[in-house]
Amino acid sequence: MSTVQTEPVFRARSISKVYRMGEVDVTALRGVDLDLYAGELAVFLGASGSGKSTLLNILGGLDVPSGGQVYYREREMTGADEADRTGFRRRSVGFVFQFYNLIPSLTALENVELVTEIAEDPMTAEDALGLVGLQPRMHHFPAQMSGGEQQRVAIARAIAKRPEVLLCDEPTGALDYTTGKRVLEVIEKVNSTLGTTTAVITHNAAIADMADRVIRLRSGEIVEVYANKAKKRPDELSW
Amino acid sequence: MTILNRKVFRELGRMRGQVIAITLVMACGIMLYVSSRHTYISLLKSQESYYASYRFADVFAGIKRAPASTAEEIAGIPGISRVRTRIVMDVNLDVPGLDEPATGRLVSMPERRRPVLNDVAIQEGRYPAVGRPEEVIISEAFAKANGLAPDDWIGAVINGRQKALRVVGIGLSPEYVYEVQGTGSIFPDNLRFGVIWMARDALGAAFDMEGGFNDLSVALSSEAREMDVIDRMDLILEPYGSTGAYGRDSQISHRFLMDEIIGLSVSSNFTPAVFLGIAALLLHIVFSRMVRAQRDQIAIMKAFGYNNLSIGWHYLKFAFLAISGGTLLGIVGGFLLGRPLTALYQDYYRFPDLVYELNYDVIALAAIISVSAAFLGTLHALRSAMSLPPAEAMRPDSPAHFRPLAMERLGVHQLLTPVWRMIFRNMERKPVKTLLSAFGIAMAVAILVMGRFTFDSIEYLIDYQFRTVQRDDAAVVFAGPRPARARFELSHLPGVVRSEPYRAVPVRLRSGHRMKQTSINGLDPAGELRQLIDRDGQTQSLPPEGVVLTRTLADLLAVREGDMVAVEVLEGSRMQGRLPVSLLVDELIGISAYMDNRALNRFLGEGSTISGAYLSVDPLRADALYATLKETPAVAGVAVREAVIKGFEDSIAESTSATTFTLTVFACIIACGMVYNGARIALEERNREMASLRVLGFTEREISVVLLGEQAIVTLMAIPIGFLIGWGLCYLAVDATAQELYRMPLVITGKTYAFAFLVVGAAAVVSAYVVHRQLRHLDMIGVLKIQE
Repeated sequence: MSTVQTEPVFRARSISKVYRMGEVDVTALRGVDLDLYAGELAVFLGASGSGKSTLLNILGGLDVPSGGQVYYREREMTGADEADRTGFRRRSVGFVFQFYNLIPSLTALENVELVTEIAEDPMTAEDALGLVGLQPRMHHFPAQMSGGEQQRVAIARAIAKRPEVLLCDEPTGALDYTTGKRVLEVIEKVNSTLGTTTAVITHNAAIADMADRVIRLRSGEIVEVYANKAKKRPDELSW
Repeated sequence: MTILNRKVFRELGRMRGQVIAITLVMACGIMLYVSSRHTYISLLKSQESYYASYRFADVFAGIKRAPASTAEEIAGIPGISRVRTRIVMDVNLDVPGLDEPATGRLVSMPERRRPVLNDVAIQEGRYPAVGRPEEVIISEAFAKANGLAPDDWIGAVINGRQKALRVVGIGLSPEYVYEVQGTGSIFPDNLRFGVIWMARDALGAAFDMEGGFNDLSVALSSEAREMDVIDRMDLILEPYGSTGAYGRDSQISHRFLMDEIIGLSVSSNFTPAVFLGIAALLLHIVFSRMVRAQRDQIAIMKAFGYNNLSIGWHYLKFAFLAISGGTLLGIVGGFLLGRPLTALYQDYYRFPDLVYELNYDVIALAAIISVSAAFLGTLHALRSAMSLPPAEAMRPDSPAHFRPLAMERLGVHQLLTPVWRMIFRNMERKPVKTLLSAFGIAMAVAILVMGRFTFDSIEYLIDYQFRTVQRDDAAVVFAGPRPARARFELSHLPGVVRSEPYRAVPVRLRSGHRMKQTSINGLDPAGELRQLIDRDGQTQSLPPEGVVLTRTLADLLAVREGDMVAVEVLEGSRMQGRLPVSLLVDELIGISAYMDNRALNRFLGEGSTISGAYLSVDPLRADALYATLKETPAVAGVAVREAVIKGFEDSIAESTSATTFTLTVFACIIACGMVYNGARIALEERNREMASLRVLGFTEREISVVLLGEQAIVTLMAIPIGFLIGWGLCYLAVDATAQELYRMPLVITGKTYAFAFLVVGAAAVVSAYVVHRQLRHLDMIGVLKIQE
């Protein structure tokens, strides 16, 4: 995908988020403005506590901001209630987490079917697993697979419903160098072949080189946004 | 307070839902134990002190009439320490306000009060004055049922003459703790049967018994052998028309009381054991989970140098604290509950003083039992906490390991949605845990079945005995054998639709060394008011020859159809002979024997003679009939069927309702405890899965299915198991109460099963709802950020 800016999928305007941790208020986001464009691969870069996960969770409808507005397409998400946000996640968003969060009692195929069952126009679970190169192991349970394989199942599960956006929170955080890169290749492939708007959170600056656009956060604020002139393929990355 | 102790208290506070469940189940078990044990001891002690204070006799005999000198002969038998001769007669009473005739048992008392065997404990009023033959003491149950008090008057037909008796006292006697007329009626009918104590001279004169007696009771010295004494007594009394001496074992009030006390002793150990087993089961489930969840904490403690023993003690303290509330509640509640429970027995078993006091042995035992249950329940968790090597404990618990299991091999999983596959695989992966949970709920179902079974069984017993076997509206007993034409006099009375005469004769039946005392009922072969029903429920016709035995009696004598039994008649000519057993029938009450009345007359060598008649009565004219019978001198007693049934149902309903209610509450607590804990633990162990599903877009309702579906299946699985266990418990209960007097039929109706199903189902739904609400507080983001 080129860096040509298409219409924005998400528009966030001066969103802030304050958590109450025990008896202290912790400000995670301080008036963030952000657009995420259709089909782009954006990498959110920042240290731990910079607010990147909070931002992603708010965009994905897992969390609500304390102030500001979020629009998904033309729709304002800020006022959506829990049921609306559940429906939104069900239809439009795919999540990938650092710890794969597969259901241990379901096989790879069944973990994906869990989603295809409730989605409106999903691809088949087999196709989704094929996309991440795991069709041969689709009848294995999570406990029978390596971490990298489990993360690829998690990606297959996230994309099987053909979501408009794929949100990945430290997808390689728990993986070694080689498997980490393998997972990034899968994410890149999803983005390029399906055109899914993809946001990847990482604290690993090297990963930023595969992005169309890099958004850097610090202490709850966006401190830098830049487009990669020549983005690298995941196999060209090293750290 | 040490830091570890603080940890115990804080975490108990955090687990309060589960702690409350354990506390309640524990409290139920201990409460049942403490209350029923106290009741048992109370009844036993009350009985002991009552029997001692009022000198309850050891051996009893009824005689037709014996001269006073016989008493001296009896007193000479080695082993007899005291003798009391009496005149005892059943008469028809006219009680003010009562339509039907009542039966009064007149029992003679010395003119002047002195300590005698089977003495009367006066509860109200006074002893009859000397020279006042009309003054009487009446039994308390009878007085209460009829609203009689000192200075009231009742009418009695004494030896054919109408007499007015003045109540001066209300009394009790150890002979009538359970106040029933005889073997025929096993349930007290206090409205229509009462004991009346009156001066011996007055009674002797009325029945031409001056200088004689017809009832004998003796006390034995401690070294006496009861059987020997009975044999010697029988030898002496035989010429005077003895119906045979018998010991306390055959004394009806004593038998009932002992059966009750023994039954209570059994159930006071059995039912609480079930509850405590379930409490241990709950502790096991909760604490195994707790130790699993605290692996890292255990590792840290071990790393800091806490030894295995102190870690074990730390978790044991949890268990002890978790049960302490329940134990305390159970002990206090049990002692308080025991008092009304004991008082409930007072309606059937009357004591002048009911001894109810705190029994420290019971309390100590209750504490020991609950500590043992706690120890047993946490044993597994303690062992795994103590044996955990610290380095391993630092690492997270290995992830849930799933392999293809039975479901995949059978291909059943193809039929299920992923959500249901999750549910089944979770259950399949931990079969022991699943079965234990199901077992716990099954016990709740079983307890409910057992609680309502008593209703079913008694309803069936009444219906079978009083509507199928005995179809008469009223049974009339003559004061003695009468010529057969007396039945025509009866059939001409107003309201009599049908009358069927019967001949009843007291006998001893023997086969080999086995002997049983009962009576043979000679029935009209063309009669319809008494049915002979065999084991298959088929009506059998009365064989023209031989004797028909109820199966219980045949078992006691170890005879079958076709065998011969030796018959010793205990009245009139006291003849002896042998009769073939022609048929066995099934009855739930008593140990009756039947014959064709003509064959019986022939056997007795008498002409057509009858002892009474079964009547079918026009309900509209029943009152007039009973009024006439009340004043008929030849009639010694009338048993009105509906009155007997009603009296019984009224009395039994109260105690059974109380028991059923208690068991229902307790069973609900168990069912709630099991389902709540199961779902709660599942929520803790699988919150990650739940959160993942929520992130994937599953609604709260949808993930509830995943979490609670398992509980629903476990509950559904538990219900049929519970029915089976309940049936088994009822079977044991029936077996334990199978007595000569009556037998509880093993009848459990669909209503009872439905009741158990609904109650446990409702309890499960309520608990599930509570956990479902907790799903709302699921922290999706937090959970997913943490490594497993």
